Formats: sequence, structure tokens, C-alpha cells
Amino acid sequence: MKDPNNKKFRDPQLINKIVADLQKWQQPIKIMEVCGSHTMAIGHWGIRKLLPPSISLISGPGCPVCVTPSSLIDELIKLKGVKIATFGDLIRVPGKEETLEQARARGLDVEIVYSPLEALKLAEKKETVFVGIGFETTTPGIAQTILLAANQKQKNFSVLPAFKLIPPALDALLSEEDLSLDGFLLPGHVSVIIGSQSYNLLPHKYGIGGVVTGFEPLDILRAVKILTEQIEHGEATIVNEYNRVVNRDGNKVARHIIEEVLQVNDALWRGMGLIPKSGLTINEKYKEYDASKKYEIMLKDEEAKTGCRCADVLKGKIIPSDCPLFASKCTPANPIGSCMVSSEGSCAAYYKYER
Amino acid sequence: MCLAIPARVIEKNGDKGFVDLGGSKKEIMFTFTPEVKEGDWVLIHTGFALNVISEKDADETLKLFEEFADFQKELPENNERPE
Ligand code: SF4
Repeated sequence: MKDPNNKKFRDPQLINKIVADLQKWQQPIKIMEVCGSHTMAIGHWGIRKLLPPSISLISGPGCPVCVTPSSLIDELIKLKGVKIATFGDLIRVPGKEETLEQARARGLDVEIVYSPLEALKLAEKKETVFVGIGFETTTPGIAQTILLAANQKQKNFSVLPAFKLIPPALDALLSEEDLSLDGFLLPGHVSVIIGSQSYNLLPHKYGIGGVVTGFEPLDILRAVKILTEQIEHGEATIVNEYNRVVNRDGNKVARHIIEEVLQVNDALWRGMGLIPKSGLTINEKYKEYDASKKYEIMLKDEEAKTGCRCADVLKGKIIPSDCPLFASKCTPANPIGSCMVSSEGSCAAYYKYER
Repeated sequence: MCLAIPARVIEKNGDKGFVDLGGSKKEIMFTFTPEVKEGDWVLIHTGFALNVISEKDADETLKLFEEFADFQKELPENNERPE
């Protein structure tokens, strides 16, 4: 059996053909890619350089690390006598005074895990708090880990819920900002869980179309092509280009597990403030696994005054190179804001690929 | 962070098993993909298989690309474009 992600999705000849066609496009349009992995893929494959100047791709709020308020770091650093287990991306995000990595250097017990399941294992030896950041892609695995903890009656394990939902964030973004967007590249792996029908509000409420797409160059180029066709014909619909893994309704088993353990709540987004019904917290039934209750953690909406313009980058209002600190004071080795820290942050992607 | 990668299922016992990830064997949970069989391709993320990858749909998508490219070949103005 062959790899379904085979090289054909990178076929240079096919890419040339579709690029030649897109080069004919003249009307200036703005397309937002929501997902950080798309931002990285667009940079990696040099897609911006393949498109005509009339088509601009701008990055949106799709990086969980970037949209996490920095007060989360400060709260974690205050925890005493527990192990903090987290995905690696988070440990270099600056809090008010230091990063988790710096706090670890002076003795805070921080361990990087690849999976929430590893964090549950760590809890066998020491009281462990897992940092629950992520979009819909990551949430079901964490919810399932909470179920497993409950089955094992593992009292030493809890999750700090900082889960975010993409469709309400897009809704908030479009209702607050005049970004004059003409289309969306919609996040492939979020959509695996929530399904392509979750974005119907884009055409229905805002008259903007979107394409759920994959991460190979042909996926992205084809999505852009579909959007230009929609614009040409005055249409706006949601198209699922990534149907090899995404369907209309998403993964029902995963969604059921989320519903069992978590509940929709307002959530704090860095740069965007409190967005109604845009996050998930742990429900009453599983509250003993909720670190925000166990350790009385409340996140505050305040960011240190560093001059970082991440907030505007996340909203698509500026591109990273418009930030005066970009590539001067702020670099991946010495990041000032989360958008430069995260491997999928827009500033990191621009630094790596588009300078 | 939402990166998920394709891997082939090499062993499955209930909701647990292993995938082959670029030659190394990785333990994975199949909670969300109870229908998965050994030999299938799945998309994995943080220790879980998120969905089965449909080869049929992958092939069909590729066919669409090829048809599009063939169509472009037939357009005369394109012949002048450097490849
Ligand atoms: S370049 Fe650095 S300081 Fe500027 S917005 Fe990006 S992360 Fe913030």
C-alpha cells in the first residue's frame, strides 16, 4: 500500500500549471489562512512568491500558543510542589517576568510531553498538572485522557483548561474588525474533528467563502484557485478540498468525548480579549480534574508592555514585518512575543521563510 | 500545534496499538477511529489517531489536479509560458 500523502501532492509540473493559471488573476483580493500549520506550509513551499501580487495571503489567529494569554505562564510559575507537563511549544513563551523554561532553570518542575497520555503516566509518580492548550484538533485527546484518569481514579492528575474554538473566533474577528477579507483557507486538522459544515456562518453571516484544505502545496494552491473562482462568480460557499481526511460532520466519536468531559465557555484570547463561547472548560462531572478549580487559577487579560504587536498580527491587521521589533529586537533566539516563539507563529514563519 | 501526520497502522488491539512512523514504531490510541484496520493510514496527533485517511479520496483529489493540468495544457496561451 502506498503513502496517501505521497509526493504527487508536490508534483512540480502540476504546481506550475496551477500557478500559471493563478498568475492571470488581476483583481486585488485578500485571503486569510487561519491555521498556523498553513502559515508554515505557505512559507515552507514559498507559495506567496508563486502567487501574483493581486492575491495576498494574510495570517490569522490559528496558533494555540500565540493566542494563549501570557498570564497563564505567570499562574503556572506560581504553582508549588507539582509537576507541570506541557507541549514543548509553550515553554519559551514569555510571562510577565520569565518563561517556563527560565523558571525550570531555577528549579520549577516542568516536563515537556508529546501527548497528554504521557502526562497521565507522570502523575503516577508525582502530582501533575497538564497545560490544556489547543484547538479542536488537540482537545479530544486531552478529554479522553481526563476520562482515563477518571477510570483509573488518578487523583494526582489535573488539566488546566485553556482550550479554544476556531469558529467563534472567526465570528468575533469578522464582526469587530474591518479586514475586507475575500476568502478563507480553513484549518485542515481542526476540521477533521468539527467537520466542514462548522464554517457555514462565514458565507451565511458575512458573505465570505472558505476552503477546508490540506498542507501540501497543491492543496493550498487549489484552495486559492477555488476561492478565485468563487469570487469571479460572485459566490461564497464552504468547499472541502481535504476530503481525504475531513468530512462534513467531523469525527463523531471525538466530538462525543469532548461533550462528555468539556463544556463551552467564554475564553480569553491574547490580543482579542474575552470572546463569548470561544473556549472549553471542564464540566461539573469531571471537576476534580480541573486544575483551575484545584489550584484556584484565574487568568487575567493583561499583557506586559513590550511593544509586541502580536495582537495585531493575530487579527490579520499587520504582517509581522510591520512590527518595528521584527527581526531586530525580536528573533526566534530572543523572542519578545508568542508569535515569534511558537514554531507555528506568524512571526516565526516570516522570520524563517519570508525575510 | 495542530500538525497531524499520516502514519500506517501496524498493530491494533482494541483501542490501542502501533503505527509505523517513518520507520519507527509508535504507540497510539485508536479511541476516535474504532473502524481502523491494520494496514490503514491514519492521521496522528499527540498520541491519538484523529481519522482514517481515505486513499480513494486522495486519489480522486489527485485526479482533479491532473485533469485541471491537462485542461491547462490545451489552452494555447499557456504554451508560451516558461515552465
Ligand atoms: S515580531 Fe516579535 S515583538 Fe513583533 S509582533 Fe512578532 S512576536 Fe511580537
